[in-house]
Amino acid sequence: MSDHKLQELANRCGEWLRGSGPQSEIVISSRIRLARNLAAFPFIRRCTDADRQQIEKTFKDAVAGIDSWQGLWQVEVADLPTLDRQLLVERQLISRELSEANGARCVFIDPQETFSLMINEEDHLRMQVMHSGLDMEQAWEQINAMDDLLSDRVNYAFHEKMGYLTACPTNLGTGMRVSTMLHLPALVITQQIEKVFRSLQKMGLAVRGLYGEGSQAMGDFYQISNQVTLGRSEIDLVKQVGEVIPVIIDYERQARAFLVKESRKDLHDRVSRAYGILCTAQTISSEETLHLLSSVRMGIYLGLIPDVEIPTINKLFIHTQPAHLQKLRGAELPSADRNVERAMYLQSHLRKRAADNGGASDN
Amino acid sequence: MKCQQCEKPATFHITELTGGQPQEVHLCETCAKSYLTQGEPGGAPVAPTLASVLAKQLQLGKAAEELAKLDQRACPTCGITFYEFRNQGRLGCPHDYVFFEKELTPLIANIHGETQHVGKRPRGHEGGTDEQSELIRLRREMEEAKHKEHYERAAQIRDKIRGLERRSPPASAQGGA
Repeated sequence: MSDHKLQELANRCGEWLRGSGPQSEIVISSRIRLARNLAAFPFIRRCTDADRQQIEKTFKDAVAGIDSWQGLWQVEVADLPTLDRQLLVERQLISRELSEANGARCVFIDPQETFSLMINEEDHLRMQVMHSGLDMEQAWEQINAMDDLLSDRVNYAFHEKMGYLTACPTNLGTGMRVSTMLHLPALVITQQIEKVFRSLQKMGLAVRGLYGEGSQAMGDFYQISNQVTLGRSEIDLVKQVGEVIPVIIDYERQARAFLVKESRKDLHDRVSRAYGILCTAQTISSEETLHLLSSVRMGIYLGLIPDVEIPTINKLFIHTQPAHLQKLRGAELPSADRNVERAMYLQSHLRKRAADNGGASDN
Repeated sequence: MKCQQCEKPATFHITELTGGQPQEVHLCETCAKSYLTQGEPGGAPVAPTLASVLAKQLQLGKAAEELAKLDQRACPTCGITFYEFRNQGRLGCPHDYVFFEKELTPLIANIHGETQHVGKRPRGHEGGTDEQSELIRLRREMEEAKHKEHYERAAQIRDKIRGLERRSPPASAQGGA
């Protein structure tokens, strides 16, 4: 993939931060991933280099035979410099596993960034579809069709009883992971997030913070997904995750309403201070940036911050991440310099806005 | 006697009464502690990691010697041993699901609560694809032959592979769409 294309990619917001899908105030994205393996090759850990190349070739030939996919970007991940691989990870187009693995591996990317096909990750093929907002059924229709197109051209490893065969038994059967990313700052502030987790876990759903480990999520972004992949149909799994989303949206909305009603002054102060720091800090880590952007994001939706809009904030989320920052700057930077660069970038995008708006309260 | 999960001596001898038959489990103090504290009291169990399910499931009712014998079993297609699978938590090839079916079934039941796939099937390949595993085995043999410098044998196997690949192409490729 040309550096030009990667640069072009870096400048954009991408699908999942587009912020214009249904319920995108709380639902950041809906994602579905399918794991598949070719029947004629060992699972990836026991593949020789020759195997890996043959697997790649098999999929390249298959993709070449699908008219509607001729516009896909084909990226040899093995040939990419580290920074570019990190960029793709930050955009959620490839996984960390694919980025850091060794040997022949590639990815096909939809220029609209709604789907990507990873080759030679933990399974031979990991395809994923990502839509902005709450759009699970459409995402399923899209990935189901993609799976069928490929299925006509390659031999997937499949067993009558056990379904699609995967390297790890935890993905057996449908090979499907349905997940949604939600922004839940009010549930965190009102300390109800643990309760929500436990209910979800009791329902057989997995929850994890987008950044950080377990329940300590930076930026208050949480990913909810199914755990079981065998014994239920694909549409059932889509429903299993899909059905809890409106419930959680409701909880978050109620928590936000509660904060506005019971502690509006404190809430206003919290989000305003967050905005203030982002506008004036001289050096700032990505962790702190996420934390503050999260507050500001909620503040905007609650009408407490008039100076900036959601599309700007969404862009900042992605552009202040390490690889994006360096790509936009056009240079690799050590951590300390990145923190300064990040602060400058935030200032230029937030303070300029405030200046443009004239600073006066009636605009 | 050795702990069934590690190499230390077993000092805890637990009799599990939750299944149909009483099962004996022999563990050292460390392994016994984690074995006994798995799952939250009163609530749904903590999401099982593959490692914890494997550790628990396989040791139940198996004497250390029996487990050692099972560990030696190797898939004829890709060569992975059961011991390697247990350690890595990953299987070697699709045929492993057939070869180790008996051992894997309770593990799969533990992870998913079910063992029968009810979802979609690959379009045009509704039956299984295990015959394709032959290709995996042949390639492995070809590599071994090359390694031993039996080049004629390697060439024979290569021809066999090509023949098989030609005979079982993917379902009739539909152009376009």
